[in-house]
Amino acid sequence: MLRVAIIGLGKMGLSLYSIINMHDDVEVAGVCDKSGYLLDILKKYTGVGVYTDYVEMFDKEDLDAVLVATPPKMHYAIVKMAIEKGIHVYCEKPFTLDPAQSRELASLAQARGLVNQVGYHYRFVGAFQEVKRLLDLKAIGKVSHVLAEAYGPVVLRRKDSTWRTDRKQGGGCVYDYAAHPLNLVTWFLGTPSRAGGGVLNSIFSEETDDEVYGTLFFEDGVSAQLSINWSDESYRKMSTKISIWGTKGNITADRQEVHVYLRDKAEVPEGYVHGWNSRNTTELTKPVFFYVRGEEYSAELDHFIKSIQGKHDVPISSFEGAAATDEAIAMLIADAVTCR
Amino acid sequence: MDKLLFGDNQFFGVNHMSEEKARAQAIRFQRLDAIIKVLDVAYDEGVKSFMCTTHDRIGQVVDHMRGNPARYADFEFYPCMPYAHKYANAMTEDGLIGAIKRFVPQDGLLSAAVRGGMSFVRKDIEGITTLLIDAEMKMFQGMKTPVIFLQNVVVDLLLGLGMNDALLIFAQHIRERNRAEPGFITMNLPVLLDVLDELGIENPIVCSSINKLGFRMCGGIEAYRRVLQERKFRAVAMSVFASGAIPPDEAIEWVGSLPNIESIVFGASSRANIRSTKQLVDKCWSLSDTCA
Repeated sequence: MLRVAIIGLGKMGLSLYSIINMHDDVEVAGVCDKSGYLLDILKKYTGVGVYTDYVEMFDKEDLDAVLVATPPKMHYAIVKMAIEKGIHVYCEKPFTLDPAQSRELASLAQARGLVNQVGYHYRFVGAFQEVKRLLDLKAIGKVSHVLAEAYGPVVLRRKDSTWRTDRKQGGGCVYDYAAHPLNLVTWFLGTPSRAGGGVLNSIFSEETDDEVYGTLFFEDGVSAQLSINWSDESYRKMSTKISIWGTKGNITADRQEVHVYLRDKAEVPEGYVHGWNSRNTTELTKPVFFYVRGEEYSAELDHFIKSIQGKHDVPISSFEGAAATDEAIAMLIADAVTCR
Repeated sequence: MDKLLFGDNQFFGVNHMSEEKARAQAIRFQRLDAIIKVLDVAYDEGVKSFMCTTHDRIGQVVDHMRGNPARYADFEFYPCMPYAHKYANAMTEDGLIGAIKRFVPQDGLLSAAVRGGMSFVRKDIEGITTLLIDAEMKMFQGMKTPVIFLQNVVVDLLLGLGMNDALLIFAQHIRERNRAEPGFITMNLPVLLDVLDELGIENPIVCSSINKLGFRMCGGIEAYRRVLQERKFRAVAMSVFASGAIPPDEAIEWVGSLPNIESIVFGASSRANIRSTKQLVDKCWSLSDTCA
């Protein structure tokens, strides 16, 4: 049994807790949040060990792993302390607000041989995993351009200020929303060399951005464009779409389905044909041990646990991958400031 | 319960196969009369139970039915609560406690205020939970709601957290205050049945994905087959077509071959699909208890 703790019980923290609690190889050793009220309810109804101070929890509990789901500005200090104590870490996204700190944590975790993962759940969505597999097979030849879009109904009016409304604390469309498609782009293409045409615009928010546009440039003339807006209630929930053009075809994908067009000259992967191919979520999604709100959330935690047990060699969403995303975000923010 | 229950995903642009289809449905069903038209078709084809979320727009549907009692004499609502996006968005802004406070009626009855106020002080989830249930049920006042479901996102979240008492509170409140049968929607049928058993909730109505592909059936097809055979509960099958991945006749025939399925919930937008689903189900279940 692995002894796991959860720090931060907001929307993400509670669902992480619910999922990991049902994992056969996990015992939840403690939970930590600043809301004593919520902790009292949890203690009363579940009997779990509760803390308001993570330092105290690290001192008192003998932990194998920790799930960090606090506001982003706290990630660096908590994750660093966990690593120093030899605890495996799963951290929510965005990883940190400074790419240098992200890189530092990535190399610290690696040096200590600790499993490290960031909660970019799209990397565990069947459709996006299929895109990654096809790109690794070079199915559409050499990629020239990626278009990453995400729209959804998060900020539809001016809101009272919390960390989510303040960019300095990791709030806003770029950190909260754009980070997901950006993480897919860096998964597919690597770290960009520079950004251009960056636009971070407010629609309703006073202290942060609600729409993000821009271009990222990669080695070899490859480029990616972003179009992200979280103030669009014509979408029922967050919708992310990736379109990729290559010399031998193209791919479009969202959570539900993948469409692939392969030119005559393409080498065709097994199960695919020249021309149009479609795969959807029912065939691409693998069963999970417990379901709360989407297979990907269970799959990522199972991957984390199995990595600690030595059952997975290849990390899917490591600190290093998240650091590349943080770098892309920093480039876009810097470019948007310059553009003004 | 009727053999066939009509679902509402199609009306709100929920489609697990295609975002494009979801958008087309959202556009088509933007107007209330488009929804009513499909519900009328279903009703006239003999599908008279509507399993629906407590979405604001359902309130408008209820108002329409209420205004035409003769036309909808046999119409029944099977509400599924809560409408989760409302709470999820509120929780992002205000945290869990803030979100709950936002939806607990502020004015309301004195008894409600006492129930809620005391609960907050005593950290007792019973009062808060029952207040939230009453708030969600308000739109159905005066209508037939023989079964009231708790949505899977809440059932499964509570199940995972081990806050099983909340499931019991829901069941008792629905029975006592609404004089209805509580129902539970889950993606984790075998695990939930064990917990409901421990809580002493006998012969519960449980709705879960049941389809030939094993899609969203946590624990696997064999475990589902086993509990259907061995456990005493009233099974409602959803996602029987796995969002269209399985041809209708094959899908119904497979579900029909399982033991003890009491009802099937399905969504459709055309008379042809509603009628053919009804015919497939009638044919399947007229042969025997199961259609195997």
